[in-house]
Amino acid sequence: MNGIQIFVFIFIMWIMIIAGGGILLSIIAPISIHGFGKYDEFFDSGIKAVIAILLVVTWIFIISKIKNLIFQKQIKH
Amino acid sequence: MLDRTITAIIVSVIAFVVVYTLTPILIKSLEGRKMVVKDYNRVGGAMVARPGGPSILAGILSSELVLYALSPSTGILAIILTTSLAFLVGLADDRKVLGGWFKPVALAATAIPIILIGAYDYHLEFPLFGTVKIPELYLALIIFMIPITGNTINSIDVLNGVASGFMTIASFALTISLFIVHNYDIAIASLPLGFVSLAFYKYHKFPSRIFPGDSGAVMLGAMYGAIAIVGHVEIIAAVALLPAVINSFLFLSSVKRIIEHRQLKANPVTHTEDFKLMATAEKEAPVTLVRLILAHGPMTEKEVGFAIFKLALFSAALAIITAFMMGIRL
Repeated sequence: MNGIQIFVFIFIMWIMIIAGGGILLSIIAPISIHGFGKYDEFFDSGIKAVIAILLVVTWIFIISKIKNLIFQKQIKH
Repeated sequence: MLDRTITAIIVSVIAFVVVYTLTPILIKSLEGRKMVVKDYNRVGGAMVARPGGPSILAGILSSELVLYALSPSTGILAIILTTSLAFLVGLADDRKVLGGWFKPVALAATAIPIILIGAYDYHLEFPLFGTVKIPELYLALIIFMIPITGNTINSIDVLNGVASGFMTIASFALTISLFIVHNYDIAIASLPLGFVSLAFYKYHKFPSRIFPGDSGAVMLGAMYGAIAIVGHVEIIAAVALLPAVINSFLFLSSVKRIIEHRQLKANPVTHTEDFKLMATAEKEAPVTLVRLILAHGPMTEKEVGFAIFKLALFSAALAIITAFMMGIRL
C-alpha cells in the first residue's frame, strides 16, 4: 500500500507516547527529593517538571531522527 | 442511564440540525457580501464562501447550552467559554491577517476559563502505568494544549473537507474513549463536536461550498483540547490527533519557526496538467503530510482527502485501544 510509512510512523509515535508515560511513572515519579527543609515539595515537583520537559525534548529529538529515517526518500525528493 | 441516553440524543440532534440548516444560509449571506476566497486546487479557481465558523459556533453553543441547562457542570461551562473565545481569536484572524505568533498566544489565553473555573484534574493518566500528580506542570499543559490542538486542526485545513472530516473521526473516537473510561457526562458533552463537524462536512467536502476559516478550524481544535482536559483524556486525545500532529511536526521541523502558511516562500504542492495535486520539487517548500502522501505520485484532491481520513481512522483505532489500556495496570 502506498504511504505505509506514515502508518508506521504513527504507530511508532503511539508506542513512544506509551513508553514515555511508562518512564515518567515508573522511574521519575517515585524519585523523592529531600534536604531543602520546608521547600522540599517545591524542589521535588520543580526538578521532576524539569526532567519531564527534558524527556519531552529528547522524545521530539528521537521522533525527528525516526522521521528522517522513515521518510528519507520522500524528504530528499 | 435512560436520562443520559435521551440527553445524548437531544444534544446530538440539535448540534447536527443547527449546522446543517444554518450553513446554506451562511453561504448565501457570505456570497452576497463577497466574503469569498479562491479555491486554488479547483479547475478555474472557483470562489468559495468563508468563514463557516459562525454556523459551527451556533451548533456548538445551542447544543452545549441545552446540555448545561439539563445537567449543569463546570466542565461544560469551561468547554463553552474556551470554544467561544477560540472562535473570536479565529474570527480576528479571518478578518485581518495577523502574525504567526498571534494565534498561539491568543489561544493560550482562551484556556484561562478552564483554570479559573477549576474544571481540571492535575492527575495525568497514562495507559498501563497509572496516574501522576503534576499540579504546577498541569497548568502549563492546559495553557499549551489549547493552542496546540487549535493550530493543529487549522494546519490540516488545506484541502476540501479535510479539517471537518478529520475532526469528525477524531472527535467520535474521543467520545467512544470517554465512554470506555466511564466519563459519561463529558462523553455526552463531546458529542456536539462530532455532529457539528459531520454536518459541516456536508458543505465542506469536495467540491467545497464553504471553508471553515480560522474561526471554524481553530475553534474545533480548541474545543477538542478543552474536552480532552475537562474529560481527563489528554493522552487519548493526543493519539487520535496524531496525523494532524505529524503534519504540524513535519511543517515546523522543516520551516524551523512558527509562521502562517501564507508566509511560505514556496508551496509544498503544485498541480499537474490535468489538475491533480503533485508534490513540488522546490527545496524551500516545507514537508507536510499532504506532500508525503503525494510523494508516491499525483492524486486528485478527493483522493488525498481520503488518504488523510484513512490515517485518521488508524489513529482513532489506536486512541480507542489506548482507552481500553487505561483500565489495565502493569
